[in-house]
Amino acid sequence: MIEINEIEKSYGSHENKFKVLKGISTKINDGDFVVILGASGSGKSTFLNVVSGLEYPDSGSVKYDSMDITKLSEKDLTAFRRKTVGFIFQQYYLLPNMTVEKNVRMGADLAEKSDYREIIKSVGLEKKLKKYPSELSGGEQQRVSIARALAKKPEVLFLDEPTGALDEHTGRQVLDYVCKLQKEYKFTVVMVTHNLNIAEMANMVIKMNSGKILETYCNEIQKTAYEIGW
Amino acid sequence: MVVGIKDAVKLIGISIIACCAVLVCTMFLNFYFDIKEIKDMVSTEQAIIFYNAQVSTAKVVCSVSGGCLLITSVIMLLFYIKHYIDMHKKELGILKALGYSNLKIAKSFYIFGISVFIGAILGFLGAFLLMPAFYELQNKDKILPEIVIHFHPAVFVCFVILPTVLFALLAIFYAFLKLKKNVLLLLKDDFQVSSKIKKQKDSKVKDCLFIDDLRSTTLKSGKTLVFFIIFASFCFSAMTQMSASMKDLSSVMMGAMMLMIGIVLAFTILFLAITTVIKGNTKTIAMMQVFGYSQKECCKAILGGYRPLSYIGFVLGTIYQYVLLRIMVDIVFKDFDEVPVYEFDIPVMLISLVLFIGVYEIVMYCYSQKIKRISVKEIMIE
Repeated sequence: MIEINEIEKSYGSHENKFKVLKGISTKINDGDFVVILGASGSGKSTFLNVVSGLEYPDSGSVKYDSMDITKLSEKDLTAFRRKTVGFIFQQYYLLPNMTVEKNVRMGADLAEKSDYREIIKSVGLEKKLKKYPSELSGGEQQRVSIARALAKKPEVLFLDEPTGALDEHTGRQVLDYVCKLQKEYKFTVVMVTHNLNIAEMANMVIKMNSGKILETYCNEIQKTAYEIGW
Repeated sequence: MVVGIKDAVKLIGISIIACCAVLVCTMFLNFYFDIKEIKDMVSTEQAIIFYNAQVSTAKVVCSVSGGCLLITSVIMLLFYIKHYIDMHKKELGILKALGYSNLKIAKSFYIFGISVFIGAILGFLGAFLLMPAFYELQNKDKILPEIVIHFHPAVFVCFVILPTVLFALLAIFYAFLKLKKNVLLLLKDDFQVSSKIKKQKDSKVKDCLFIDDLRSTTLKSGKTLVFFIIFASFCFSAMTQMSASMKDLSSVMMGAMMLMIGIVLAFTILFLAITTVIKGNTKTIAMMQVFGYSQKECCKAILGGYRPLSYIGFVLGTIYQYVLLRIMVDIVFKDFDEVPVYEFDIPVMLISLVLFIGVYEIVMYCYSQKIKRISVKEIMIE
């Protein structure tokens, strides 16, 4: 379980100080599919960065089963990310000079025993192992980044606008892969998006605005990627 | 202005190399012209042999050191312009999209010639500062009539004016060629798009770890940097060992000068090369940190591959200095009676190696700290 308590985060200094997160508290259960919804500038990406251990908050705590990651040193936080979390970004950030297989190995080598070839197969890229990112479409690149993130067997997968750079068809396909793999590998999903429809796929939705949680609700029925609107 | 003075200031490496090259070349070419003026006054057999040896030394040092440093400066300048364009692709792409012609943008690269001018003028003045001591040393034996320092405008034109103009033109021309890319290609992010893909042969693909793969990919994608790192070690090795031998073969002053130039060159090139390696891989390092790779693993993947290459550079430098001095002693000074015996100096080589290992590891440690300071936020900055 992830317990987030009174998180505050500001950027800038003195007169230019801007408070991005204003005392956020919530809980995420193991195996949840959480969508953080909000307009641009609502603080949702900063929230994701703090919860995933990419950034330290100014105050508050983020506990993973009683371990407060905000108290960890930089080195321990890196070790925490290595063991516990996986990331998928809007811009994929694949290494351009490495093949699909090698990009996925970036994540796989961090797991004790990774069946990364199986994961590549699960995202339908088994025939593109030797291709380079520039030889793939946007959707395929995002699927590589999914495989890379899952190859390290994370307990929690963080996704920052994973379909932001994709068209409707490819976006649905990518989300479908995430859902299928979540069911198979039983990890927790925390996804940031501004697309209201994607929230229907989650079992828990956190709506944010101006650095605060406006509303948290649970969906009784989780729709699939092909059932939601776009 | 597309390229500003600030960007030219970053070319301090070229300034330093130009300074070293011009200092050595000015000193020896000026000496060459001055010694030529006393040619008619040389009459005894011993004086003629000594005179010929001095003329040959001036020619060899001027052409070998000057030529070597000139080539390095050219490669460094081209490399820096390529690096500058790669780093500022988006801004240049926007300018092109707005309608600026390639030539108009490329013209502003003339400013890179200024760094050459700064280095060259400092080297030229430095040479004239050192010349009295150098000439005094040459006149000490009184074998030849006194050689007097003269100012030769040709040397100034050759080593200050000409390199400045040529380097400015070279910068414009090279930038023009590099800017011939499609606007869209310039606007795209390098982290997402790689324009050049070299397919690996399946037979050669090994099932190795990601870190090992990244290490070899980093080396393969930066061949110029590989050259610079080998060259830096080469300079350190050759110049430190040569300076020890020069003490016996020529003078303490020559030895000290060589040692100084060698160390300055090696450090300048090494710093520039490693800084470029890290800058070019900032996003990769940040992504590795996001995934939980430790600082040690990042260093191993990005910098680890250069260690064996730097040792190769050291070995090449050792061979080079031995061969060069052997040629000097056996061919250039062959008719001269008092040339000391020259043999390969193992203790000097070992001391130089120990120093090299120490210095290299300290530099790498400093850079590993720089890697540590790279924030995971780099991945989010577009």
